[in-house]
Amino acid sequence: MTGLISLAIVGPLVAAACSLALRSRPLGRDIAVLAGLGSAALASHIMLVTVARDGTHTVAVGGWAPELGIILVADLFAALILPVALTIIFVVEIFAIGQRRTVWAASPELSGPLLCVLTSGVSLAFLTGDLFTLFVAFELILVSSYVLLTHQGNRSQVRAGMTYVVMNLLASTLFLFGVAFVYTATGTVNMALLAERIPQLDDGIRLGIGAWFLVVFGTKAAVFPLFSWLPDSYPTAPTTITAVFAGLLTKVGIYSMIRFHNLMGMEDLGPIMLLVAALTMVVGVLGALAQSDVKRILSFHVISQIGYMFMGLSLFTVAGTAGAILFLIHHMPVKAVLFLVGGLIENHEGSSSLDRSGGLAGREPLVAVMFAIPALSLAGIPPFSGFVAKLAVVSAAIDSGGTVVVVAALVAGGLTLLSMAKIWNEVFWGRRTDGPRPSPAPRRGRRTMHAATALAVAGTLMVALFAGTLLDLSTEAAESLRSPASYIAAVRP
Amino acid sequence: MNTALLLAIGGLTAVGLYLLTSRSLSRIVIGYSLLGHATVVALITAGGPAGWPPIAGGAAPEDMSNPLPQALTLTAIVISFGLTLFLLALARRQRTLSGDDLVEDDLEDRRIAAVESTPTEPEDSIAP
Repeated sequence: MTGLISLAIVGPLVAAACSLALRSRPLGRDIAVLAGLGSAALASHIMLVTVARDGTHTVAVGGWAPELGIILVADLFAALILPVALTIIFVVEIFAIGQRRTVWAASPELSGPLLCVLTSGVSLAFLTGDLFTLFVAFELILVSSYVLLTHQGNRSQVRAGMTYVVMNLLASTLFLFGVAFVYTATGTVNMALLAERIPQLDDGIRLGIGAWFLVVFGTKAAVFPLFSWLPDSYPTAPTTITAVFAGLLTKVGIYSMIRFHNLMGMEDLGPIMLLVAALTMVVGVLGALAQSDVKRILSFHVISQIGYMFMGLSLFTVAGTAGAILFLIHHMPVKAVLFLVGGLIENHEGSSSLDRSGGLAGREPLVAVMFAIPALSLAGIPPFSGFVAKLAVVSAAIDSGGTVVVVAALVAGGLTLLSMAKIWNEVFWGRRTDGPRPSPAPRRGRRTMHAATALAVAGTLMVALFAGTLLDLSTEAAESLRSPASYIAAVRP
Repeated sequence: MNTALLLAIGGLTAVGLYLLTSRSLSRIVIGYSLLGHATVVALITAGGPAGWPPIAGGAAPEDMSNPLPQALTLTAIVISFGLTLFLLALARRQRTLSGDDLVEDDLEDRRIAAVESTPTEPEDSIAP
């Protein structure tokens, strides 16, 4: 088990180093990256099975006591989210290998190793048991994302990169201040010890810390009103990179909130958070309706969907938290797939703008199907995974009496369907209204891209198929998050 | 807690945040480094009063400073150093592309704003 946890974090880093050393040999480079990402993904799947059977496992790095050293905790929540995240990165990398033969590709010498570093950061963020290591993991993710976003160095990327970098630097600075506050108040940064000590603090200090970290993690997760950097920067990067960002980065913020605010007992912040959740859902989807580019529409939907997870978290009940966890599991693959399909549209039509595309369904029925399934799932239409996840969150909200937020969720769901129909009408049906016909899309690499997307679509269907099991596991994870005693007992036997 | 250090944290944060709101990337770089210093001082302050260096055998353990925040600070310094360099590289790239280091507006946003509202809004009214 210790080996599995280490492999998920160190494996991708080793692969990054190997792939940089092999940068002049495309085949060796790709094999190194795929091996690193694949072994980490495999390790995380085995980890899930082990944790579901044997319970939480901890690793004290270097053998230090929990008060002093870094501790890695594979509890059910982490073990449930990690395989989803790592599998997505693996599939996206397969897509990227196909895409490298087209003009839309990211630079292969850099994007492979950077994706590995990002993966390592994601694993560390999910598995860490202390607040400062979480900060380091965030930085690992962000630094690689800064470079991935801007490494092609064209004008729109540099412009978008600046907003993204400055916004996230500010959030990281606030995170460090938060760590200083927490350490001053409690004398530790270990989450299990914090879960014991923070609830004993004065109400003012306790809620101040809670609100502070709400802003920190909320900026990473792009909740209202801290979301403006997201739709600005995501669409400018190459598709594969946007798919990873949209699928994972904001979810790391939500994950941290679910863990931190549940363990530290921040129920008092619930009502404000519910209001923020309702605004995030509605404002995000209204933003999406105004856009006329596939990637920008999808970027605004990231924000809107974050609202649902935030709503589940803000209820501070077992059912609500379980709903949020299930929504995370549903949302990560669906969002990544939609961006991959956005990349396919770009490849076939020469642009991802709605005005410059049309009638793709007739020419590429497979792409149309691969868009329709995750799009319906995103809008929450049965029998896809989005329906199950939304049902879990909304029914938890009804049980807690949050009528306003339920109405907001349903309105946002309807509008999501509307904007998905807009993409469908303009891209897959209809006729192009603007611009010259693109030259025929290059055939090279297309089979790999289609196969990777199909694999990811199959993944989203699996989430729907095993929704019952996943909800049971999510509920179990939520129960242990809602009663920190079990987490504390696991970390400090 | 040391008042001088608290004032230093407050001052560095205020100046850093002010510079961060600027449109010029070179000011943002300076602002970010000041904010970085503020967090470092904050972390050190969080460790309690200053004492002897925390080296085994150097002094009695209760007279030593708290080594944990110092370790955290060291990590934070390395990260903020790397990111400052990245920001400088970004500023240089922007200068190569456009001749200055100002953050530009999002053209797609402006286009949509122009469609929805009055079309008389000037396209390039960028305040420096």
